[in-house]
Amino acid sequence: MSAPRTPESLGLSRADLPNSYIGRSVPRPTARKLVEGRATYTDDVSLPRMLHAVFVRSPHAHARIASIDVARAAAAPGVVRVFTGADLAKVCDPWVATLAHLKGMKSAPQYALPLERATWQGEAVVAIVADTVAHGEDAAALVEIDWAPLPALADIETALSPETPVLHAELGDNLVFTRTADTGGVDEAFANAAHVVEATFVSGRHTGVTLEPRSILADFNRAEGMLTVWHSTQAPHMMQGVFAKQLRLPESDVRVITRDVGGSFGVKVHVYPDEMAVAAMARVLGRPVKFVADRFESFVSDIHARDHRIKGRIAVDADGRILGFDIDDLTGIGPYSVYPRTSAIEGNQVVNLCGGPYDFKHYRCTTTVVLQNKTPTCQYRAVGHPIATAVTEGLVDLAAERLGLDPIELRRRNLIRDDAYPFTSPPGMRFEGLSHHAALDKLVAMVEPEKLRAEQAALRARGVYRGLGFASFIELTNPSPFMYGIGGARISAQDGCTVRMDPDGSVVAMSGVTEQGQGTEAILAQIVAHGVGVPVERVKIVTGDTRVTPYGGGTWACRGAGIGGEAALQSAVALREQLISVAAAILQAAPETLDVAMGEIVDRASGSSRMPLAELGRLVYFRGDTLPKDAPREFVQTRHFITKDYPFAFTNGVQASWLEVDVETGLVRLLKHWVVEDCGRIVNPKLVDEQVRGGVVQGIGGALYEQCVYDAEGQLRTTTMADYLVPLAADMPDIAVGHVETPTRESLLGAKGAGEAGTAGAPAAVMNAINDALRPFGAKLFAQPFTPERILTALGRVAPR
Amino acid sequence: MKWPAFAYARANSLEEAFALKRAAGADAKWIAGGQSLLVSLAYRLQAPGALIDISRIAALHGVAEAGAGLRIGAATTHAKLGADALIGARAPLLAQAAPLIAHAAIRNRGTLGGNIAYADPASELPACLVALGATIVAASPRGERRIAAADFFVGLFETALAEDEIIVAVETPAPPAGSAIDEIARRPGDYAMAGLAAAFDIESGRLAHARLVFFGVGGAPVHAVRASTALTLHGVAAAQAALAGDLAPQGDHQASGDMKLHLARVLTRRVAQAALGPGSLAA
Repeated sequence: MSAPRTPESLGLSRADLPNSYIGRSVPRPTARKLVEGRATYTDDVSLPRMLHAVFVRSPHAHARIASIDVARAAAAPGVVRVFTGADLAKVCDPWVATLAHLKGMKSAPQYALPLERATWQGEAVVAIVADTVAHGEDAAALVEIDWAPLPALADIETALSPETPVLHAELGDNLVFTRTADTGGVDEAFANAAHVVEATFVSGRHTGVTLEPRSILADFNRAEGMLTVWHSTQAPHMMQGVFAKQLRLPESDVRVITRDVGGSFGVKVHVYPDEMAVAAMARVLGRPVKFVADRFESFVSDIHARDHRIKGRIAVDADGRILGFDIDDLTGIGPYSVYPRTSAIEGNQVVNLCGGPYDFKHYRCTTTVVLQNKTPTCQYRAVGHPIATAVTEGLVDLAAERLGLDPIELRRRNLIRDDAYPFTSPPGMRFEGLSHHAALDKLVAMVEPEKLRAEQAALRARGVYRGLGFASFIELTNPSPFMYGIGGARISAQDGCTVRMDPDGSVVAMSGVTEQGQGTEAILAQIVAHGVGVPVERVKIVTGDTRVTPYGGGTWACRGAGIGGEAALQSAVALREQLISVAAAILQAAPETLDVAMGEIVDRASGSSRMPLAELGRLVYFRGDTLPKDAPREFVQTRHFITKDYPFAFTNGVQASWLEVDVETGLVRLLKHWVVEDCGRIVNPKLVDEQVRGGVVQGIGGALYEQCVYDAEGQLRTTTMADYLVPLAADMPDIAVGHVETPTRESLLGAKGAGEAGTAGAPAAVMNAINDALRPFGAKLFAQPFTPERILTALGRVAPR
Repeated sequence: MKWPAFAYARANSLEEAFALKRAAGADAKWIAGGQSLLVSLAYRLQAPGALIDISRIAALHGVAEAGAGLRIGAATTHAKLGADALIGARAPLLAQAAPLIAHAAIRNRGTLGGNIAYADPASELPACLVALGATIVAASPRGERRIAAADFFVGLFETALAEDEIIVAVETPAPPAGSAIDEIARRPGDYAMAGLAAAFDIESGRLAHARLVFFGVGGAPVHAVRASTALTLHGVAAAQAALAGDLAPQGDHQASGDMKLHLARVLTRRVAQAALGPGSLAA
């Protein structure tokens, strides 16, 4: 604890050391377990006396519950108990999902099971607890509910019309939240601009489709007064607090354990009423109760996202300088804002992020968030980013077309200069350091657009229509309390890590961030091994247990590496210093002459071994009598980290898509995709590249395939994997990934988030490529997903519906 | 969801199957590959009291020459349809259809008989059988009967099969000079938005005696009689125009009725072009 800490002083730049793992594609220690089927997902946990929860879900988008008769269900074979909303309200308090910093936001109280009305098709209304799922489902068919159907809010455009019924009378109207960012001068700038172009964009409602569905196993041990919840979640500590508060238990009497998670993408960071019901039922019954959503339940009850209609205008001068953006966003959520992050953040992000990569003056953007009788929406991978990027980049391409400028050139003229930082964007986002121009230059070198343009021209002559589209983007990562904490939510922006050395010289690190299948534990092991100075295989990582790990926010908003990784690095470095100080006492050497490398205390200058860590462990743990009396005995260190200088660590990047549109069938064939992104320091290049690729594929899903289709009565028509189309590997293009590294100076590690960049930019790149392909026809599409029917309709080959 | 409880028995002969069915009653269902039935059970869309497994009945297996055509056992899997040399030579349309049916895992278990008994309107094989003029051989305790494919597919998931009948085999006639199948689906393996199975002769560079049978555009395979005739007499453009008189597709959430008609026209040209060779339909 002496010299000022810099990456250099900590040896982070010493890539020559065998245990310099930061920046290396170390194989994931969890990979073999996952491949061999030896992971422990929540459904793999089975407890004595365990019961299963099955839910009767509303067949109506909106209906009053006139009466419920559970007598026949309760008497069915294997049924232990049937719960209604009224039963659960006795033990589980309702919640209201608003954030104080989202001014004027409102939402209605939501119960584990509704008391009077079902407000979306698929809302859990009655819960059956039985010895098997099959018995529970048999009984579910016997529950008799007398429904009185009510008009459903199924159109966002009319949600605020005076003739539309108000969903929750006590709220007064169907408006959840609205916010306008306005720099002023927008009308004047647009009035005097050389060119103004506009378009109306639609982002289709879609959902996360995790391989492992939502899963929970709750057990209340009356003897201990403890509620233990095995939960497939991104945020165990947040859920600990939620279970405690809603079930009126002390937080210390709730333990949340999250073992392996099969994908989350934001889906698993929210409070779901059916999961609260499971915990409440376990509390009442004093027995373990398990619930694993099936795919149908996932489609109707996992959060949806991205249901937006956006009208956008861009003003440019005659030289192609962007003068301003003027944007109006309208988004429909569900009947309730989702607890505790709220369903207003996505619209708020649209306001924060539109125009993000560009240096311009005038900005006006309004989001209007309205209620719908549809599955609740909330934060899903790259919250708001794909929408803001599609609007921004769609408008930029339209401006380039109007000016007759190459889209790359227009971007070069307007992207924020790489030496302009720190920079504050018109809606007030503060950027510490971005690299738009370096990223674009690198991308252009990878894409070689001249070659593709030549190919495009040659093929057009033969009736083959290919298009090249670009999208610059920014991504919000490493959030501070400015995201949720200042709004009153108990969502931790800090995270901690405890690192200890055991007698054999091995290291155990316990972290508050969590593994969702994306490799968090792999990078933590690398960082800890690097920081302590041991081979990576000597590091074991513990995550996902609120009784064991330091308190933390978990994994969301791309904070695992930037926040969790930094806490791990700081605690690992502290442990190394501790190891050195004890070793120095034993070896009678000056601490500054020693280092730790590959599990040994070494002479810093020569690198020669002075003592294996196992010997240091043996002495301290078993022969403490041989140490000087005042020598420290702790080989354990904990550090917590939170960002302080910037509310968010923004990243940036640019993507390109090359594709072919079959103008007879409307099918899009993706030929190639490129991404250059800047997530700061890269811990594991392979994991970052695969995060980017997976993100791109998820973004392509929204652009081409994925859509939760509702009819006018609010019935979801896409409840199977045959109807809700996800991107298939065979249809995906090769995705080339390049990097620019601009480490954040807020941390020693310098890492920013990498998980959402792909999703943020891919839909816009695909959209621009499709419109480029269709340019000879004058057809343009701005409504995602870009289905064959929409493409053929835009081409005038089939009639609009 | 979990399947509702049901009884299960495996029959080793047709006689045994009929006896089991008599004993189990009207709510028993035959099961062969189970690729459609088990999905509907998993959604609890139906709850049969018993499943009688007919997949191992010897009489349902095997591919053999029958006259100028073939007799293909009902238990033949889609994978085998695509790989069997005899089918490739004597009923190539079925071999061409096989790779378009769902995905490999489904093709390994799904059977020809099960597929046509289910009669999904977007399914490839019913259209192929109608195009080929195939005959479905069905057995019941009353004996065997033969049903022309064109009469077999009655409507949406509806066939001429009696409740106690088992499809034993499909008989195909002598193969047409040419045949082709094409479909337009959102992703490979998806239900087609529109598909076309065609059988035809080629006479002096034109398609003749064409039988154009569309799928995914109606409740059952649609033999486009007007378009088939127009194709023979006047060529592709006339056939495309005539389709409006043959098809009146209902839309679904992937494609409107108008779009399905458009895709049917695209398929007509593509199939004709593939049959006649590149450049044959220039202009």
